[in-house]
Amino acid sequence: MTNPIHDVLKSKVILLIGTNTTSNHPIIANYIYEAVQKHGAKLIVIDPRKIKLVGISHMWLRHKLGTDVALINGLMHVIIQENLQAQSYIDERTSGFDDLKACVAKYTPEYVSDITGVPAQDIIDAARLFATDAPGSILYAMGITQHTCGTDNVKSLGALSMLCGYVGVEGGGVNPLRGQNNVQGACDMGGLPNVFTGYQPVNDIGAHDKFAKAWNVDQLSEKVGMTVTEMVPAAGNAIKALYIMGENPILSDADGHHVEKSLSNLDFMVVQDIFLTETAKLADVILPTTCFAEKEGTFTNTERKVLRVRKALNPPGDAWDDSRVISTISQKMGYPMNYVSASAVMAEINSLTPSYAGILYSRIEDEGVVWPCPSIDHPGTPVLHVNGFARGKGTFFAIEYCPPAELSDAEYPVLLTTGRVHQHYHTGTMTRKGNALNRLYPEPLAEINVEDAIVMDISDGSYVNIISRRGQLKVKALVSEMTARGVVFMPFHFYEAAANMLTNGVLDPVSKIPEFKVCAVRIEKAA
Amino acid sequence: MMSSITLTIDGKDIVAGKDVTVLQAAKSAGIYIPTLCYHDRLSPIGSCGLCIVEIDGYENPVPACSTSAVEGMKITTQSDRLFKLRQNSLKSLLVNHPLDCPVCDKSGECRLQDLVFELGVTEIGTRAPRKSQAVVYATTLIKYRPQRCIACLRCVTACKEIKGVGALDMRTDSEGFSQLSVDTETCVSCGECLQVCPTGALTENVSRIKGRLFLVKKIPTTCTYCGCGCQINLNVMDNQVVSVTGRNDIGVNKGSLCVKGRFGYEFIASDQRLKKPLIKRDGKFVEATWDEALGLVANTFTRIINENGADAIGGFCSARCTNEDNYLFQKFMRAVIGTNNVDHCARL
Repeated sequence: MTNPIHDVLKSKVILLIGTNTTSNHPIIANYIYEAVQKHGAKLIVIDPRKIKLVGISHMWLRHKLGTDVALINGLMHVIIQENLQAQSYIDERTSGFDDLKACVAKYTPEYVSDITGVPAQDIIDAARLFATDAPGSILYAMGITQHTCGTDNVKSLGALSMLCGYVGVEGGGVNPLRGQNNVQGACDMGGLPNVFTGYQPVNDIGAHDKFAKAWNVDQLSEKVGMTVTEMVPAAGNAIKALYIMGENPILSDADGHHVEKSLSNLDFMVVQDIFLTETAKLADVILPTTCFAEKEGTFTNTERKVLRVRKALNPPGDAWDDSRVISTISQKMGYPMNYVSASAVMAEINSLTPSYAGILYSRIEDEGVVWPCPSIDHPGTPVLHVNGFARGKGTFFAIEYCPPAELSDAEYPVLLTTGRVHQHYHTGTMTRKGNALNRLYPEPLAEINVEDAIVMDISDGSYVNIISRRGQLKVKALVSEMTARGVVFMPFHFYEAAANMLTNGVLDPVSKIPEFKVCAVRIEKAA
Repeated sequence: MMSSITLTIDGKDIVAGKDVTVLQAAKSAGIYIPTLCYHDRLSPIGSCGLCIVEIDGYENPVPACSTSAVEGMKITTQSDRLFKLRQNSLKSLLVNHPLDCPVCDKSGECRLQDLVFELGVTEIGTRAPRKSQAVVYATTLIKYRPQRCIACLRCVTACKEIKGVGALDMRTDSEGFSQLSVDTETCVSCGECLQVCPTGALTENVSRIKGRLFLVKKIPTTCTYCGCGCQINLNVMDNQVVSVTGRNDIGVNKGSLCVKGRFGYEFIASDQRLKKPLIKRDGKFVEATWDEALGLVANTFTRIINENGADAIGGFCSARCTNEDNYLFQKFMRAVIGTNNVDHCARL
């Protein structure tokens, strides 16, 4: 996020797109309620599903799945057409405005309405509302990124925000809501194939030399590595062995059957986890580790705040901390790795990562510190890009709309979209282990539009088969108005009806994110 | 325009911000006024009558929580008259509340109990107890004991104001007692109501181990679910988490949690947790020592590096693990294995 969560309380208008915030980030949803109901902010919800926050929204644009770029271009078209853009901000702080202007010229409300299904007048009204009620913040989540055009979607939102002069101001910003407790931190720590910690490129000579020296090795690879979504299909070919820590790709990756088949081609697979996951069952070696309640460390939340994690319990049986497992394998391979504590690891992170340099454990005992924090006397940086963009001028990218990779047709006439429900988390490895959450949401349900259900003669609570080009499953129908006609929604938490056996593994060319949010399926009444 | 006002509280001159209540002005000057229904994050409720103060020129005491501080006000927070009135307010609340502290989960961390002690209430005129002493389940995860409820309305207000849910309402039953009603269709079981409940009326119904709150160890940490980073206490007894509570006044959540954060802790103690390293032999997992398992891993990685090169090995670190774990993992992949094939589920 460019801005802290509580900043939405300073927003005059909040644009939510591709985030079912009440289910996936309930505490952020609290702030949205407060902003709207106590502070009078206007709320624009852009979502194909009738999510809960639609109930307090001023406008709800229900666009067709995967038509975000067209819709955002339509909003920008209206803003430029009516001269509502923040021209002096654009002149001072950005580049590429003329290209953007040329690109969005054809995205008239009528043209966009044809693509998205959103009435032209709603596009005009939403554009006016967002551009004139400054400051406006944009919040988005995986509904934006999990498309073949996910990177385009994000760039388009950046352009919309810059066009209105909202990046770098309190109550504004472009704010991705990150779905996992430490996904921000895992990225910050260099858990990516192209960068060391703090996004220092592996093929940058300065960064390379710095890390090689600090880690006491002659040479580090300068070749950018493969992503998860590239390594899995390469399993058995270019990739002979996988070392998997705390992940369950069979349920979490798109096209699960294909993932399972690929992983079974490996020569050797090590899974380090707290439970025997669907993925662990395929492993050659399983290493039992501690969960968050049994270890010391830090998580970095979606607002870039580094927060302490503390050991409250002794681990079960003979489970070890992940760090101890990694260090011991390392030592057995002839590379000494000795750390007396998690804070000693953090000290090494501080020394190698400018954005984390000042984030010592002693500073975050009570409240976290937000990176970038370059020194121990630096207070942290809750709002990014305040006095100009981090990298020179903010660039407007002119982006054309591209439809999803797989659209409905006569054989597969319905579009499937996936996500989470309030009561469960990701592949259900944790939330489905106890009684509490299972009592509230015990089994997978597929949300089917009420009119579609009547046509297909499907009653609420009856079983249906959902079939895609990649797999099929049987699931109970939840007939509702959550989805539009021709759209079905499924959560991906459930191994017994794993939505990702249906989804399309085709990737965004830049981010390598699969198109979880759109694929074509057929629905049949189950016997 | 003036940005601050001056007033006198208990003979002390105080400068306070504009648009504050008498209670907030007193608090900012470090002056204590007893409160029960008042909660920092909620609009003043005014149901308990404990925060009353005397103001020069006012005939009767007024509630400090809902009275605006005005320039030049002269306020008294402690007097015999106020003490008696507060005692009476408390007694009238206790008429409906059994002093069953010895068997109450909340004992030791109960605002009502603290006030009974503070105001020295020992005898109360009793009223016939409720016929029904049964435990009523508000939802499957939250227990409601109506006889302990003092109808302060904190839960009702929090559900509406903090969560925007509005699933709770206070009604009067046929015996004339106030009773909480829950709209189970709208309730999302977030437990905000039990976080703000000042008595033992609302408690959680998940853990089988029931520990007195003053006996549990509270470990401050960060929630393990989504990216909000809520600040929580793990309340621990006998090496088990018996409940999770939001840490008030801190972090993004300021005490609030969602259903997963508050009630989704059973997995920690699940008997399905992995407890021993396992090696697959002839298609079956058999238990191994750490030395065997890690020896096998190290030798196999070394063999594959020698036979196929370092780029034949890939590593998935995790958005579920700590920064330190992830740092060491990528260091291991880069410095020890010698590849940049390291990634995690950020895309999923």
